[in-house]
Amino acid sequence: MTAPLLDVQHLTVVFDAGSPPRTPARWGAGGARSTVTAVDDVSFQLAAGETLGLVGESGSGKSVTAFSILRLVPRPGRIAGGRVIFDGRDLLALPEREMRQVRGARISLIFQEPMTALNPVMRVGDQIAEALTVHGLASPEQARARAVELLDAVHIPDARRRVRDYPHQLSGGMRQRVMIAIALACQPALVIADEPTTALDVTIQAQVLDLLRELRTRYNLALLLITHDFGVIAEMADRVAVMYRGAIVEEGPVRQILRSPAHEYTRTLLAAVPGIGPR
Amino acid sequence: MSAPLLEVRRLVKHFVRKQGLWSPPAVVKAVDDVSFAIDEGEMFGLVGESGSGKSTTGRCILRLIEPTSGEVLFRGENVLAFPRGRMRQARRDMQIVFQDPYSSLNPRMRAGDIVEEPLIIHKLGSNADRRARVAELFELVGLDPAHLARYPHEFSGGQRQRIGIARALALHPALIVADEPVSALDVSIQAQVIRLMLDLKQRLKLTYLFIAHDLRLVEDICSRVAVMYLGRIVEMGDTRVMFRSPWHPYTRALLSAVPVLDPDAPRQRIALDPTSFDPATPLRQVDASHWAAV
Repeated sequence: MTAPLLDVQHLTVVFDAGSPPRTPARWGAGGARSTVTAVDDVSFQLAAGETLGLVGESGSGKSVTAFSILRLVPRPGRIAGGRVIFDGRDLLALPEREMRQVRGARISLIFQEPMTALNPVMRVGDQIAEALTVHGLASPEQARARAVELLDAVHIPDARRRVRDYPHQLSGGMRQRVMIAIALACQPALVIADEPTTALDVTIQAQVLDLLRELRTRYNLALLLITHDFGVIAEMADRVAVMYRGAIVEEGPVRQILRSPAHEYTRTLLAAVPGIGPR
Repeated sequence: MSAPLLEVRRLVKHFVRKQGLWSPPAVVKAVDDVSFAIDEGEMFGLVGESGSGKSTTGRCILRLIEPTSGEVLFRGENVLAFPRGRMRQARRDMQIVFQDPYSSLNPRMRAGDIVEEPLIIHKLGSNADRRARVAELFELVGLDPAHLARYPHEFSGGQRQRIGIARALALHPALIVADEPVSALDVSIQAQVIRLMLDLKQRLKLTYLFIAHDLRLVEDICSRVAVMYLGRIVEMGDTRVMFRSPWHPYTRALLSAVPVLDPDAPRQRIALDPTSFDPATPLRQVDASHWAAV
């Protein structure tokens, strides 16, 4: 078997919960620091072109896991152990300069909230072009032409005119398409999508999922899909890993997990999903 | 047959936005000729996507937003015609639970004070009576009365929503307008809060107007449902019947867009073609207890 595209081994992320400055006494004498383990010895693999769903509830550590892959854990969190092998290299051991060549270029991110993730005072075309010029992958003119192509690829009508729009001029679904265009600009091998459709209406969600499915095939993308919605997992993922309190409690092919979940927590989670009966 | 608890007749809410000095003001028809009735003890679902007017409808019923026209009959009386004092009385019977338990609770008030506030506003009971009632409400919604003195930020999202429910129940209402009461919560917490709402419905004989965008949830808990699109009800009826055989193109598109848990289920996405129907079409009866604007 060939080596997987992404191989996360024993990833552990802790948050140092220092004493809050205003009420030091509450946390015991000597300002003793406690740490919270947000991601606890997590391992999984992802092959090229494959989609892994990472599912869990708030605070389960799914987003922190994803951000750790790109070494974007917000303070006071820090990666305490493990390896993230991508394309044969351990990302956690790369110098920051080389890491920047990976981030956004080889691995890109799609966030939940396109309104906060996009720059409100920059035209969307320039934001797409920036992804290319920042990585030195295109001249400004080439990048602008590519921006139009990309908006076209994510099915934004009248792309030539839309590149000049600001984010607020676009609907929520359109903004998420722009986010996807930015994520695809450098032709990444892996896209991490953190709740990409959670903020969207269900009809728009369906369109964005359809788009992701189409692009995944066209560009042979590996997709790490983070979501709390088992319905989205069922529609999109090949395999699924269920996270609970920082650990993966169950992992397997999506059919197997949905049909015969082995772990108690997975069963609880599936039972909590309200169902649309057969139509 | 007995009269419905709540009857909304031809409700209209237009928002007028000034466009500038020389252009005529733009009128947004947020709620455009909406009529429906809810029987006592029923859980009636009002679904739609953002901007469909479902929340505005809920707020107009309680006159948190003044409707432009129409009637809202509660136990046969038009609350829109009530003078101020009478309306305040009526609000005892009609309460709202908001979507976001983070922004709908005053962060500077203790949980007990939040739940007590409606009792104070309506001048009910002595100090001791009110305190006892608040403790009782805490227990009713599954909160520990030992936590009365805590602030909202000390509670989890699900617990906060329980505080919101306790506040809504303080005055013994008959009708609860629940505006996306669980959409901000994790699914396992959602399930707990929904179970609580259903349990309270039984115990307190409550009637709910359940406003939601999650069709899966509505299918599970509502006996009847109305689908809103661009300010109008496009389809309404018995939940099971309507979900099995939707008539309106919008309902069909909406239902087909819902992700299904079964990875092998056939996915027949029906795209919405807004030109395929006339938004002004009135509802007509298509089946026993099933109406559609087709």
